[in-house]
Amino acid sequence: MSNRILASILCGILFGIGLVVSDMVNPARVIAFLDVGGNWDPSLAFVMGGALIPSSIAYAIKRSRSRPALDTQFHVPTSRSIDTKLVLGAALFGLGWGLVGLCPGPAIASLVTGRWETALFAAAMLAGMFAYRIVQSGQSTQLQLR
Amino acid sequence: MSQLSYIWPLSGGLLIGLSAALYLLLDGRVAGISGLVASAFGWTGAGVSPLGIGFMGGIIGGAGVAFAYIRHAELTISSSPLLLIAGGLLVGFGTRLGSGCTSGHGVCGLARLSPRSIVATGTFMAVAALTVFVTRHLIGGVA
Repeated sequence: MSNRILASILCGILFGIGLVVSDMVNPARVIAFLDVGGNWDPSLAFVMGGALIPSSIAYAIKRSRSRPALDTQFHVPTSRSIDTKLVLGAALFGLGWGLVGLCPGPAIASLVTGRWETALFAAAMLAGMFAYRIVQSGQSTQLQLR
Repeated sequence: MSQLSYIWPLSGGLLIGLSAALYLLLDGRVAGISGLVASAFGWTGAGVSPLGIGFMGGIIGGAGVAFAYIRHAELTISSSPLLLIAGGLLVGFGTRLGSGCTSGHGVCGLARLSPRSIVATGTFMAVAALTVFVTRHLIGGVA
């Protein structure tokens, strides 16, 4: 197994521990954080705040590096255009997140609990991702035909 | 909120940020879970990604260890099956259409001050908060 894959497993483990420790995996907690008009629980703001500290440092370090430790180049998105896809996609995601209280990381992490609710949500999430893939490849086929 | 209740979310957040930091500096990539999950199934147009599979497996393993040895929290899920399906479809389709979720846009995008991520994060946070307001306070009993 390559070092790159080992690194991704290690990062996944840290991420999974972080999601459980912060209680980000708990839909009731997430809903309470989003419930700014009700009995607001601000604790999850510390998750985002805490996560941004190491993350910002790493992105600052990246500026002085030509390549990451285990790859020949960085693969960080460079697009800066704010388009309908971005805003509509974020809005649909926000709607689903607000309805249930699970975003993709917690949806995957909570599979380990064996609860049917999280399995159903994760299956539907994968179906949604697959549906996007179908729509996207349909569009690119149309472009090629044109 | 008790005085010490910020310790858990802060510690968890630091771990998530450490994960994103290491993934950038080691593998040179954005730790965005929606993209990683799609790549694990080969739905990003670049074939099945071993990195995506590894990251997903790591998340499940790490969460299992944390539930067993660090913080056993009981998840409270109040959504009906229909709502779980609708929410899952919206989260899956929306994160792919919008190129990211809480981690890719929120944690990684904000850290590098990406204008796209700032707009996306503002949008999904606002829509999610509005959704909670509507379902919990206006038309109660839906979620």
